[in-house]
Amino acid sequence: MSSPRSGPPSGHTGTMALSVDGHVVVGDLRLEASLELTPGELVAVVGPNGAGKSTLLRLVAGLVRLNAGTLTLGGHTVDDGSDRGLVPPHLRRVGWVPQDRLLFDHLTVAANVGFSPRTTDERVTALLDALDLTALANRHPGECSGGQAQRVAVARALAAEPDVLLLDEPSTALDAGSRQRIHALLDDRDPGGRRRPAILLVTHDPAEATGLADRVVELSDGRIAGGLRP
Amino acid sequence: MTGTGLRGAPRSVVAVAAAAVLLLALPVLALVQRAPWSGLSSLLTRREVVDALGVSLVVSLLAAGIVLVLGTPLAWVLARVDLPLRRLVRALVLLPMVLPPVVGGTALLFALGRRGLFGQWLDRWFDLTLPFTTAGAVVAATFVALPFYVVTVEGALRTSGEDLEQVASTLGAGPVAVLRRITLPRLLPAIGAGLALAWARALGEFGATITFAGNLPGRTRTLPLATFQALESDPEAAIALSLVLLAVSLAVLIPTRDRWLPTR
Repeated sequence: MSSPRSGPPSGHTGTMALSVDGHVVVGDLRLEASLELTPGELVAVVGPNGAGKSTLLRLVAGLVRLNAGTLTLGGHTVDDGSDRGLVPPHLRRVGWVPQDRLLFDHLTVAANVGFSPRTTDERVTALLDALDLTALANRHPGECSGGQAQRVAVARALAAEPDVLLLDEPSTALDAGSRQRIHALLDDRDPGGRRRPAILLVTHDPAEATGLADRVVELSDGRIAGGLRP
Repeated sequence: MTGTGLRGAPRSVVAVAAAAVLLLALPVLALVQRAPWSGLSSLLTRREVVDALGVSLVVSLLAAGIVLVLGTPLAWVLARVDLPLRRLVRALVLLPMVLPPVVGGTALLFALGRRGLFGQWLDRWFDLTLPFTTAGAVVAATFVALPFYVVTVEGALRTSGEDLEQVASTLGAGPVAVLRRITLPRLLPAIGAGLALAWARALGEFGATITFAGNLPGRTRTLPLATFQALESDPEAAIALSLVLLAVSLAVLIPTRDRWLPTR
């Protein structure tokens, strides 16, 4: 399958934290992605199951690649559909919080949060504190509740100092307290002394989307409606 | 799995199962019953027994080391790389598990013997002769033991999945760091279990060893070969040697039981 290549979605990708315009085919799914995020912006992606929301996040993280098109992070092209133009995940400043969290169960909570080679002890301590995880620091993920594990996953991603944070259904099955703490953290708070990253939030929950996001875009039938900046 | 009580189980099935257990347990019981317990220590300190034990330890430990070095990358490739001929490669890797060891030894002889396919070059270029040497016994043991390790580690690599490694890579860890900090630590239990199985298989190896490396005291006569040898001339020594091998087998089985024997 092929689609005509189009130019950058706007004339100022250099100021964009994230800009994608292209398509990706994974199994039966074909996703036409055109989306822009400015630094610090929180964009919620809503849409039915199987529409490709998680694939969109995996595309930005570098875990799936464009079949054609361009993906830029901080103005730098990280995927242009070619082998040469592909920047691998570990060289992208992206934090991914997958839906099923995927904590490293052989490491403690503190070691999970401090996993990234990009982070510092101070940042880890601040994030553990901000997400009320300090008391759990020496426990293993298997000893954490669902809400605690979700907070560990968010802290771990934020510790890596991402320019773009990718959240896949972060509030699914969370208790109210954990949900509130994560929302508060996303709501312009800054535990690590750093500006809030751009955030791409995938959610089922319309209230969460409208309550948190600067902009809500809809993904259905493999297409994103309203992804580009006006 | 929760079972019904013995009362609720069909009697015919239980009877056949009991017969099967008996079939497995009887030889062990007979061995223990016939063991010359009072003279055991003097039997086990005999020169030929000590020699055989030494050869067995050297051969099986070296084989286990080679299995670790060669088998880990092989298991990783089989689990993670989309090889064009993966099924064929895997079948080849598993072959020694089902191949009669004596066939394996014969094949090794034609491959690595002095006039073998590759052996002639080893002999000519490196002055290296494998058949009927301790090194040859190590090669034979490695040949039969490698698949046990590869199967165990490959299975663990498949079920552990790549998703955690993907998370690690998005956090800034490069491929080597991911291998060192995620893949290998999570794989350690499987590496341990695979290594124990491979070592036990190497220790018990008979057919390929006697075919490829011969039965030379102090050089290639391992515990199983010494046991077979003793059976003709000195049955008590054969029993004593068998007990040593039985004890080692149990010692390997007990720590790996969680992997191979579901405890619940």
